[in-house]
Amino acid sequence: MLDFDAGKYGPFVWPAYAITALIFAVMIADSLLRTRRWRKAVEEAEAAAGKDRPS
Amino acid sequence: MFAFLYNPDRFMAFSRWAAPMFGALAAVLAAVGLWLDFAAPPDYQQGYTIHIMFIHVPASMLSLFVYLCLGVASFLSLVFRQALAEAAALWGKPMWGTWWVWDARLTSELVLLLFYLGYMALQAAIDDEARAARACAILALVGVVNLPIVVFSVDWWNTLHQGSTLFAKGGPAMAPVYLPPFLIMILAYTSAFGSLWLVRIRGEVWRRRANVLAVRAAR
Repeated sequence: MLDFDAGKYGPFVWPAYAITALIFAVMIADSLLRTRRWRKAVEEAEAAAGKDRPS
Repeated sequence: MFAFLYNPDRFMAFSRWAAPMFGALAAVLAAVGLWLDFAAPPDYQQGYTIHIMFIHVPASMLSLFVYLCLGVASFLSLVFRQALAEAAALWGKPMWGTWWVWDARLTSELVLLLFYLGYMALQAAIDDEARAARACAILALVGVVNLPIVVFSVDWWNTLHQGSTLFAKGGPAMAPVYLPPFLIMILAYTSAFGSLWLVRIRGEVWRRRANVLAVRAAR
């Protein structure tokens, strides 16, 4: 049975989890968006040059 | 062993399935770890702040592991010329009665954070990528000296920070009910790092490819 009661320590426990989740979300989003942006740039450049893109 | 990944095409083919695989593994492990975490009873001493341990300690261990990876990669790049949140304060306040103290463990972790920030600042400050990589590699290697200080700080000095729990003499110094979620969360963080690392390198390969194409197009 899950117990989400943090008692009097709630003001410490939940911000710790919130900060961790936020940092993970930012790292994941930033990494994926950067990769997508550069991949798109390569695809556009290769389309313009008429070449095959890498795998 | 990993020499075949030096080739960008082979690395891209490998990371295309490895990155999402590690990401999915991290998500599953984190779900199981958090489930076990919130199914465990409160600690007899720490109470419900034990929940913070399951995200704080993996993050702390990963900060050392990632820097070690950075140091090894820097060493290899220098030698072979080839081109790697802390929730402690929120736990410290209810347990120690203070957000921060100039404790040996906390201070050496702060120095580690400064090395990370310095590494990123140095890389951003030098336009020439080859020179920036060389300078950052040297800085990273200097910072490796701090890693054993972080690890053994609780043994070398009398610190407010508790001693080693997981690697304590005679086995882990924690109730058995906490050990599975603890280890699973460490694996989850490590898998998440592996996934993000691969995604970041994929982005770097695409970026360099885009730069090459841009130079060719400009000729």
